[in-house]
Amino acid sequence: MKHRRSTRAAGDFDVVVVGGGHAGVEAAHAAARMGARTALVTHRADRIGEMSCNPAIGGLGKGHLVREIDALDGLMGRVADRAGIQFRLLNRSKGPAVRGPRAQCDRALYRRNMQSELHAARRLTIVEDEVVDLEMRNGALQGVLTGSGAHIAARAVVLTTGTFLRGMVHIGDESYPAGRQDDPAALRLAERLDAMGLPLGRLKTGTPPRLDGRTIDYSALQEQPGDAEPVLFSFLGGTELAPQRVCHITGTTARSHEVIRRNLGRSALFSGRIRGVGPRYCPSIEDKVERFSGKESHQIFLEPEGVDDPTVYPNGISTSLPAAAQAEVVATIPGLERARILRPGYAIEYDYVDPRALNRSLGVRALPSLFLAGQINGTTGYEEAAAQGLIAGLNAARVAMGGESIRFDRADGYLGVMVDDLVSRGVAEPYRMFTSRAEYRLILRADNADRRLTPRGIEIGCISERRRTAFLQKMDRLERGQGLAHSLALSPAEAERHGLHVNADGKRRNVSDLLGLSDVDFDRLAAIWPELGAIDGEIRAQIENDARYSGYVGRQLAAVAEMRREERCPLPEGIDFRRISGLSAELSGKLAAARPSTLGEAARIDGMTPAALALLLSAARTDGKRRRA
Amino acid sequence: MTPRETIFAPASGHGRAGISVIRISGPEADAALSRLTGRKLPPQRQAALRELRDSDGGVLDQALVLRFAAGASYTGEPVVELQCHGGRAVTGAVLAALSELPGCRLAEPGEFTRRAFEAGRMDLAEVEALGDLLAAETELQRRQAIRGLGGSLQRQAEAWRRDLLRAAALVEVTIDWADEEVPENVSPEVAGLLENVEAGIDRELALSMGAERLRTGFEVAVLGAPNSGKSTLINNLAGRDMAITSPLPGTTRDVLELRYDLDGLPVVFLDTAGLRDAEDEIEHEGISRAAARAEAAEMRLFLRASDAPPPEREAALWRPGDLRVWSKSDLGQGDGDISISAQTGDGLPELIRLIARELAGRAGGDGLVSHARQRRALESAREALVRARIMVETAEAELLAEELRGATVDLERLVGRIGVEDVLGEVFATFCLGK
Repeated sequence: MKHRRSTRAAGDFDVVVVGGGHAGVEAAHAAARMGARTALVTHRADRIGEMSCNPAIGGLGKGHLVREIDALDGLMGRVADRAGIQFRLLNRSKGPAVRGPRAQCDRALYRRNMQSELHAARRLTIVEDEVVDLEMRNGALQGVLTGSGAHIAARAVVLTTGTFLRGMVHIGDESYPAGRQDDPAALRLAERLDAMGLPLGRLKTGTPPRLDGRTIDYSALQEQPGDAEPVLFSFLGGTELAPQRVCHITGTTARSHEVIRRNLGRSALFSGRIRGVGPRYCPSIEDKVERFSGKESHQIFLEPEGVDDPTVYPNGISTSLPAAAQAEVVATIPGLERARILRPGYAIEYDYVDPRALNRSLGVRALPSLFLAGQINGTTGYEEAAAQGLIAGLNAARVAMGGESIRFDRADGYLGVMVDDLVSRGVAEPYRMFTSRAEYRLILRADNADRRLTPRGIEIGCISERRRTAFLQKMDRLERGQGLAHSLALSPAEAERHGLHVNADGKRRNVSDLLGLSDVDFDRLAAIWPELGAIDGEIRAQIENDARYSGYVGRQLAAVAEMRREERCPLPEGIDFRRISGLSAELSGKLAAARPSTLGEAARIDGMTPAALALLLSAARTDGKRRRA
Repeated sequence: MTPRETIFAPASGHGRAGISVIRISGPEADAALSRLTGRKLPPQRQAALRELRDSDGGVLDQALVLRFAAGASYTGEPVVELQCHGGRAVTGAVLAALSELPGCRLAEPGEFTRRAFEAGRMDLAEVEALGDLLAAETELQRRQAIRGLGGSLQRQAEAWRRDLLRAAALVEVTIDWADEEVPENVSPEVAGLLENVEAGIDRELALSMGAERLRTGFEVAVLGAPNSGKSTLINNLAGRDMAITSPLPGTTRDVLELRYDLDGLPVVFLDTAGLRDAEDEIEHEGISRAAARAEAAEMRLFLRASDAPPPEREAALWRPGDLRVWSKSDLGQGDGDISISAQTGDGLPELIRLIARELAGRAGGDGLVSHARQRRALESAREALVRARIMVETAEAELLAEELRGATVDLERLVGRIGVEDVLGEVFATFCLGK
């Protein structure tokens, strides 16, 4: 990697990525993996890979995304593994489809590891400069213009500007423009997107005050240790772990709520100065106290930001109260009575682009060589941003170098669920991934992300040789294990002799069938057939998990086939939804906003009716005939 | 793309006509015909008489068979039509034999039309016109259709759906917010919601049998010894000022069917062979079938014209609600619930009123579910709920959520709302099976 300050003719690239956050790094690395000469332009190279919000990666739904990014050889999983200081597999007691790996990360380690990944990447150049505008000629995208006046030429541009578009920070009654605390906002770029006619909206998010851990009294607080056997993100494994840390749990008190209520009038969120919509599922402490007034205490996780960093992130009290009021609230919380605030919490309001203006490659429909990824599309969360960055990066490389666009559908993975949700429904609040968003949840497991996506990655050409080899070897082992699991079988009478209770229907059951029974696990069967002992833990888990859901997989696969059939029924790009007679005004409005490109997409628009779909299909047919004629 | 399944279904209304057309559409249509006939295929678009046999070689029926090539058929796919003799038994046997063939399955409601539409064989207006043609034949059916689609069924299904969404939300909370402050044990509320919806569905299913009849028609068997006036009565009914909704009375070998609109109720009168103990073997067979048909009917009229005791077979068929009819009031009075003259028509209006009152009571005025497809959707939802309730106990949250999702999709199908995997199916599902 080259690293330089930009000059006037800063270079000529296939792909330029604007922004060095979680979306930006994945986009740049993915484009470079695809063979594109790529530049990542950021105004602070030392802040590449910064975790601006809470110091954790993964979780439910999010952990799935990280695994999928890893399966396509992206960065987030392996970097989080190296930076992890506490690993927990969430929902360990529930079924494998809803288990989500999560890690507390050392913020500095994460940054450092991310930056060294980028430095090690071939064809990737980091340019430290601020992108102030897109360069257009005759309606075509030529590259970007930087604050230092340099022109960087590119065939495709990925914008990952996070909260920087007209960003506005609010603390109590103070407000000032900023992209992140202490970083300038991007105004001119927002105007450019405005001028392009892209529909913009306003969202908000918030952070809690950061505390000095050395001033926290942990003695009375409940400890939350990590798992004894950490479950890592990356399928490559073999990471040497950083020193591990515990988290602590505390909570607000009646006195905290009293202080918050007294200061509500001075909260930026409640004084009406913030117009943006915040997420329902990550509310500020002001929100929680107001909306759930019956609740006596709200839980707070004290998350260490690093091994050598005393900063503590009190997860659960994001706020936009004035700094003095924040100090007062913190002092009412057990363990935090004497805690020193290093930085007050704040709310940030920013512009986002209605993602219905995008296609399934995350390219702007009206300008397909311009890609958007991350918070700019109305999402929240590192993992959501990274997954979009990956998709945008792969496709930017395709646009720059030729080749078909790369799309993931709802049955490919959470990546596809997210893109489909975004481009067909838009967002009403910052979009966050949950496992319940995935209707094919039982087949889209975190544990099988590599089986689902790595072959696709190999085909696309974004997988390193090392991962390819490791994956193919694993599939070999899996095939042998599955072969064994299918060949070893016993009759009901034999099962009974081994203490396994099955219906006396005379049917022979193999290892997979038996694992589908709720009270049978692999060890039990290995006692019957010692040769099963030779199957390693990774393969064993795959066979066990597949067996658990075998009864549902057929049904889900049938639904997937139906969905894909409808996805293949295209609606013409230029179809005028408002001129289809018989559609309600409301529906034609929704269709015009979402501009579905297939019947399947149209079907997923809220409020869609079968009759309206029939009209659509019929209109599409007529349209097609007219064009052919 | 996986190859399309071959679908089949009766293409004419069930149990109404003398000839019953079974349509087979899809890549395996010709193969299915070969298997059924065991002979080489007839040329396209030429009717051929063939014996249809089941897999054991047993003769099911003698039928006219017709082949249509892909691109020149109703659905645009290869199509075979079997014109069987009417009657549920024959049609049922042929359908059963078809369902045993590889790659073949019973069509979903409206699936032929949907395929035709997708293949560009008809435009939407045609689809809708066909729908109108097939729509409610009688006033009661029309009212039920309105009630079913516009009103109460939708509201009821919506209420169930809300309960299921609430249950699903409770379950999803324990899954997706496991790392946060999860609400206390949600199982009791979830179990309560599921029980409630299940009970509601059970109630609706119990009422739905009458409602289903309202669509297909109530069968009223006319029984009696030879010369007790059965055919005279039927002919007289036909001659009266009543709407004959099916102008071509169908014949089976053994039972004559006539369809009437009786005060808004669709009624099929079955003129059965006389139930006596026959010596002739063929006649004996005919009588057995007539008896079976009469037994399956919703109501029976026992006609008597003499004081001779009724045949034993007949007595065994009597059910509460049936009517004993003295049929020759013009010749003298006799025993019975009502006295008429089949010959002169005297007393017929009263008889019709009695029949209508009896059947209207069974139409299940409160039952909301009429179409077989609606019942299937409800049954499927109930099965999912039964499994779900067990999973509440075993705390298999993700499987429980999956069952709830399935049950919700079933309910959405019920009211024609869109499901993820179901797009055009719903618009065509307002047709009866297999049109």
